Amino acid sequence: MDSAEPILSLKGIGKSFYGNRVLADVSFDVGAGEIIGLVGENGAGKSTLMKILFGMPVISETGGFEGSIFFNGKEARFKTPFDALDAGIGMVHQEFSLIPGFTTTENILLNRESLNSSVLVDIFGPRISTLDRATMESRAKSAIDKLGVTLDPNMLIKEMPVGHKQFTEIARELCRENVKLIVLDEPTAVLTESEAEVLLSTLRLLASEGIAIIFISHRLREVVELCDRVVVLRDGHKIEDFPAKGSSTKQIASLMVGRSMEAQAKIDAASAARSTQSESDARETILSIENLWVDMPGETVRNVNLSVKKGEIFGIGGLAGQGKLGIPNGIMGLSPAGGSVILNGTPVPLNAPRAALERNMAFVSEDRRGVGLLLDEGIDWNIAFTAMQVQNKFLKPILGGLFLWRSDAAMSNLAEEYIKLLEIKCTGPGQRAGNLSGGNQQKVCLAKAFALRPDVLFVSEPTRGIDIGAKHLVLDTLKKYNSEYGTTIVMVSSELEELRSVCDRIAIVYEGRIEGILPHTAPIEDFGILMAGADRDEAPVALVGGN
Amino acid sequence: MDSMKRFVADFGLPRIIITLYLFALFFAAPFVGVNLPASISDTMIRIGMNGIMVLALVPMIQSGCGLNFGLSLGVIAGLLGATISIEMGYVGAWGFVAAILISQAFGAVFGYGYGKLLNRVKGGEMMIATYVGFSSVMIMSIAWLILPFKDPTMIWGYGGTGLRTTISVEGFWRHILDDFLVIQIGENFKFPTGAILVFAAMSFLIWVFFHLKIGTAITAVGSNPTYARASGINIDRMRFVSVMMSTMLGALGIIVFQQSFGFIQLYEGPLYMAFPAVAAILIGGAGVNKATLTNVFIGAALYQGILTMTPSIFNAVLKVDMSDVIRIIVSNGMILYALTRKTKVAK
Repeated sequence: MDSAEPILSLKGIGKSFYGNRVLADVSFDVGAGEIIGLVGENGAGKSTLMKILFGMPVISETGGFEGSIFFNGKEARFKTPFDALDAGIGMVHQEFSLIPGFTTTENILLNRESLNSSVLVDIFGPRISTLDRATMESRAKSAIDKLGVTLDPNMLIKEMPVGHKQFTEIARELCRENVKLIVLDEPTAVLTESEAEVLLSTLRLLASEGIAIIFISHRLREVVELCDRVVVLRDGHKIEDFPAKGSSTKQIASLMVGRSMEAQAKIDAASAARSTQSESDARETILSIENLWVDMPGETVRNVNLSVKKGEIFGIGGLAGQGKLGIPNGIMGLSPAGGSVILNGTPVPLNAPRAALERNMAFVSEDRRGVGLLLDEGIDWNIAFTAMQVQNKFLKPILGGLFLWRSDAAMSNLAEEYIKLLEIKCTGPGQRAGNLSGGNQQKVCLAKAFALRPDVLFVSEPTRGIDIGAKHLVLDTLKKYNSEYGTTIVMVSSELEELRSVCDRIAIVYEGRIEGILPHTAPIEDFGILMAGADRDEAPVALVGGN
Repeated sequence: MDSMKRFVADFGLPRIIITLYLFALFFAAPFVGVNLPASISDTMIRIGMNGIMVLALVPMIQSGCGLNFGLSLGVIAGLLGATISIEMGYVGAWGFVAAILISQAFGAVFGYGYGKLLNRVKGGEMMIATYVGFSSVMIMSIAWLILPFKDPTMIWGYGGTGLRTTISVEGFWRHILDDFLVIQIGENFKFPTGAILVFAAMSFLIWVFFHLKIGTAITAVGSNPTYARASGINIDRMRFVSVMMSTMLGALGIIVFQQSFGFIQLYEGPLYMAFPAVAAILIGGAGVNKATLTNVFIGAALYQGILTMTPSIFNAVLKVDMSDVIRIIVSNGMILYALTRKTKVAK
């Protein structure tokens, strides 16, 4: 095929979920044998774009998409992933979709096996034909050879090292006769550096054979090294599309996280307004964390060292899966943890939620429905319960204090108060929390924490999954609470802008440790570099902690 | 129309049908020659008999341990209390009180072990509970034969050892609650004031318990254990308390049942106690982890009402004595129905 004609061309792709726009007017071309690096923060729209390309049912179920896709010169509108596969698009997912108990060959050729014919097949149809193992093995071998690696075709998947699994997945996509484009979603995330190197050279080899590749990765160094062109998505828009050669990770990082000039100006102004407050470095330390490890599935951290000053709003950022959520969950005793956490000079016992609460710390969990709420109970119960159980509020002693009687009226009053304060939209204090919208549920979670009157408040992903209006209210409330009561707030969020607009200092977590701590006034590129794991050789920016 | 629809949605269509069916049975009674006052009286007596056992399910449901299919364990504690009280020779009110006190001691011991066990099998409580019920009944079947009971009213007439399958409590404490402050109207209607009063008193205590700090914590554990843990609640302890309560209430419940029924049923008797109680509370509208006292009252009334009325009406209509066959079909059918609708909680 003429390289001038792109193999895939996306024109004005847009998509919104329930009125929430996640992609707008994204256009780019992919030529044969070209490797495109697709980068962007979490929620920038990368996976949605790939879902659209691959014809995932979730797209049509939520009202389809805008724009058009041209694949191989023809307009393509895949209804199911099978259509996309037939057309010649392969997809390697972040999670392995392999059968652990099957061999490499069986996984590569699943549902496309070579069959033996026999008399019985003629009579009863192909369903009872036997497998032609020899041909299958040679087919698998040829696919593996194309990768330029050695894999044992008869090894069981479950016995393989992680890298080999990844190669098996790619081999499976290659084995289709007509594959022209392969999409790899974070293929190196689970690999060691040397395995990643092999994978990258494999991909170059494939590209030289004329297969187009879309490479999605958070490891910017790899993107710069491997790709021909880089496409940067941010907030659903295509920001840049430029040759990878000659660009730096720093440049890409700043494009990924950067915001428009006026937004930047607004934030800077806001920062300046707060700078008087944050300048007082002399404030005493309220919470110091030393050598903390937390075993939280998908968010493990090792060796965190931090100290939080009294009355500040401390941010913890980083990409998903790097471990930022582990920190508050570990300190509050919800995930197994070790190390030392010292609050006001005395250590806090770990792995004991009650002890953490009794030390006047509170936590608004990122898992609203799973941890944060009693979905079947009313707003009043949700807000008052923790304070009741830990601090004996809303209870009346009866029979001389022998029993503690729940005061429904006091709970109801408290709920009324917070409903007014936080503008919770509901039918009254008795409405079930499960029937509230996401934003209002989040407000209930905040109210629950406020009702404890904590010294240190951990807030985890406070704006995840709620609409813009509620977002502002939640963030403003946190700021107000901080300034009115002097509560120290530790806020964990994936959204860097949010952290920069609220926090005094921000720590970035990368691969389970603190990559660095920056003041909120630091340039956005510096955050981007820390989030992408920096080039360690470059001078670290205000590096604190780490290994 | 809207309020009508809401009522149907809240109360549950099947429950409305069951209620209408029960009313139809009461309405039909006089026309087929069934004595209505006697039927109503029977229903009241049966509610008094069974109510506490239905109530016994509430704590475990509220703590998220599910339906206590191992209620037989509590029942066994009650049987031990009753037989030991008789063996010790207490009669009348003292015998009844002694039976309750002894049964509570056993209930506490059994509940302790049962509670520890259920805390180790989170997620599979109902299955394990069912097997705890079965195996404890089987172990006790051996025990009833070899325990050194001597009282001639209780042991087999031949051989001289081992307890009988049914032991009459006549002469000890038969109808001691049913006849307490009994209201007799005419020949056929009798209101079992004592039994109903005890049921009401126990319900009140449960109501109070779930308004205390600890009861509130137990409710939260059942509603969302992770939330409760994040609020500093010791989940295992709350579950344990609820299992103890359930077992001890079961022990009390069977003694109230026996004084009305007139017999202590040993050996496999306890096996048939958990299912009707479970069916009653489910028909009353309880869910697997949420139950209210209203569920208990409505459930006990509907279940026992239908169980009393259906066989007598059908017998009268068919002119054949099929009461036991029908009773079994109806009760098991209602259990089956109730278990299939265990997800949604009705008000």
